[in-house]
Amino acid sequence: MPQFIKDLIDAISAPIPYTVLTTALLAGVIIFRKWVSKPSVFVAFSVVGVLGFIGAFPDPNFKQIITKPDNIPIVILIATVVFFTWLFLRRAVINDERIKKGQPSLEGEMAKKKVFTWPDLVYSELICMLLFMAALMVWSLLIQAPIEEPASMARTPNPSKAPWYFLGLQELLVYFDPWIAGVLLPSFIIVGLCAIPYLDTNPKGNGYYTFEERPFAVSFFMVGFILLWVSLVIMGTFLRGPNWSFFGPFEYWDHNKLEPMVSINLSEYFWIKALGQHLPQNPLIREAPGFAFMGFWFLMLPPIMGKWVFKKLALDMGAIRYAVFAHLFLWTALVPLKMVMRWTIDLKYIIGIPEWFLNV
Amino acid sequence: MDKLLAYIARTQIWKSIIRHGYPDTPRNRTLAVLSNVLLHLHPVKVRRSGIKLSYTWCMGGLTFFLFLIETITGLLLMFYYRPTAELAYQDIFALREHVPIGVMREVHRWAAHLMVISVWLHMYRVFLTGSYKPPREFNWNVGVILLVLTLLLSFTGYLLPWDQLAIWAITVGTNMARATPFIGHEGPGAALLQFGGLQFVHAGDDVRFGLLAGRFVGEGALLRFYVLHCLGFPLIAATLMAVHFWRVRKDGGISGPL
Ligand code: HEM
Repeated sequence: MPQFIKDLIDAISAPIPYTVLTTALLAGVIIFRKWVSKPSVFVAFSVVGVLGFIGAFPDPNFKQIITKPDNIPIVILIATVVFFTWLFLRRAVINDERIKKGQPSLEGEMAKKKVFTWPDLVYSELICMLLFMAALMVWSLLIQAPIEEPASMARTPNPSKAPWYFLGLQELLVYFDPWIAGVLLPSFIIVGLCAIPYLDTNPKGNGYYTFEERPFAVSFFMVGFILLWVSLVIMGTFLRGPNWSFFGPFEYWDHNKLEPMVSINLSEYFWIKALGQHLPQNPLIREAPGFAFMGFWFLMLPPIMGKWVFKKLALDMGAIRYAVFAHLFLWTALVPLKMVMRWTIDLKYIIGIPEWFLNV
Repeated sequence: MDKLLAYIARTQIWKSIIRHGYPDTPRNRTLAVLSNVLLHLHPVKVRRSGIKLSYTWCMGGLTFFLFLIETITGLLLMFYYRPTAELAYQDIFALREHVPIGVMREVHRWAAHLMVISVWLHMYRVFLTGSYKPPREFNWNVGVILLVLTLLLSFTGYLLPWDQLAIWAITVGTNMARATPFIGHEGPGAALLQFGGLQFVHAGDDVRFGLLAGRFVGEGALLRFYVLHCLGFPLIAATLMAVHFWRVRKDGGISGPL
């Protein structure tokens, strides 16, 4: 693979272009789903992807990060998420067209027929299990499970990374303090997932693939799962090196690479830059702009959105459901908002009271 | 050969175990499913749509299969592993050095990674088919807890090799607990819980300390994670899986258009 392509890929995998591009990609895939869902298009893109992967493989830095035994699952994760998202779009596009013509969905067509569990289901289960077991054995024979130096509290490896499935949350530590990235957000994810069946009052799209009958639900879930979870896991695994600095996939993990960090709090923007004063002594007054912002975000925005963008949704859901939904939605939205503010205006804290460990 | 098989099928021993003929008639196919405790998880007949790979992606079944593999390989690993700070690393290392073509540790680790992926994809497909909608709301919630348990199982297992990778990953992961509001010693609000200058929540008694049985990842944490990994979480997960499968059937089988 020529050097200029490597440089280009390194450059666009930096956090800002990476996020912008993955977002644009997901939006594009959803908008142009009719075209994307054609098997020929999918095959063409897959071939390009696989060839690119093979072409990149000889690069020592790329190879090292990709073939680290514990990173192989992420490669599988990327491939399966891409494939199944495509499969969903394909089935959804076909079903949406059929529904428009008044025909039953693919699933509806097939559900008319019932078959015996033995042999139809039992045999396909057996075959799946055997194939899978075989693949797992081959993988296990080829690649040894890692074991590093004995544990020692005296030597901290750099970077120190959590297990891969938590690296999305670790990546968020760049933008939030631990009590948000490590405690609040995971809790909200669990609560939010549990709440989904009770918040989604749309009776359509139960038991078959469709996009047009539930566009918001599907898009919102995809943003959460693909952009805010899977893609951050990828970022945290492949693109973060020593000191949690950013490294492109073809870049050498240089321990001396330091990224200059400018950190400005909202309070400093308000009191020093805007009003030209000193920071007030009392933290509550000092952080008043942050509290005002948070109040606006979580208390004012829900009713405003309910009268405006989410008008129909709020009516369908009723007050309590809508209130819960709006808060979960705004927490989700706060994550990319904070990321953008970090990149554009070097914002560190919206509310920053380190004395009380209360930093937002 | 045929005669022998026919004879075996007529013996009292065989008949006491399998109470139906070869499953090639509707009656025997029904009996085959009904009289076997494992197959009995399934209904006798299923909708064609529900068993298509392109519908379920087979991800729920795969997750369950991986859980079974983990149980079996994990059991074998337990024979060789002693959860103490002196021995744990040595035992894991010995597995590699002294067991010719030993793959149990590999199978256990790679299947664990795959189980995390397959459970995410299972959730993704259940969402995309809208299968959490009534009457399956409750089963979705059982699923969310199973998802959390899968991650916890993997996380507790990550510590057991007791190498640098393990303790630092768990250190990074559990450091978050320090910042839990009110009950972590660096969490917002914890400083408020004091009486006459006496701090109630400090590094020696906060939620992280409870998790690790110490101020850092040490022997106490190893034992705690071991017990949870080998006994606690698998028991809870297995119980909830039973509930999960039961509910799939009670909610009308794999979802389909109404
Ligand atoms: C250890 C984890 C889990 C196991 C072993 C498991 C297993 C299964 C199996 C075998 C099925 C039958 C259909 C299929 O294969 O897709 C199923 C269905 C279902 N699962 Fe899970 N599951 C797990 C986790 C989850 C999670 C994380 C969720 C959601 C958050 C979930 C929600 C559901 C629902 C709602 C159904 C019914 C789907 C339908 O009827 O179409 N499960 N599960």
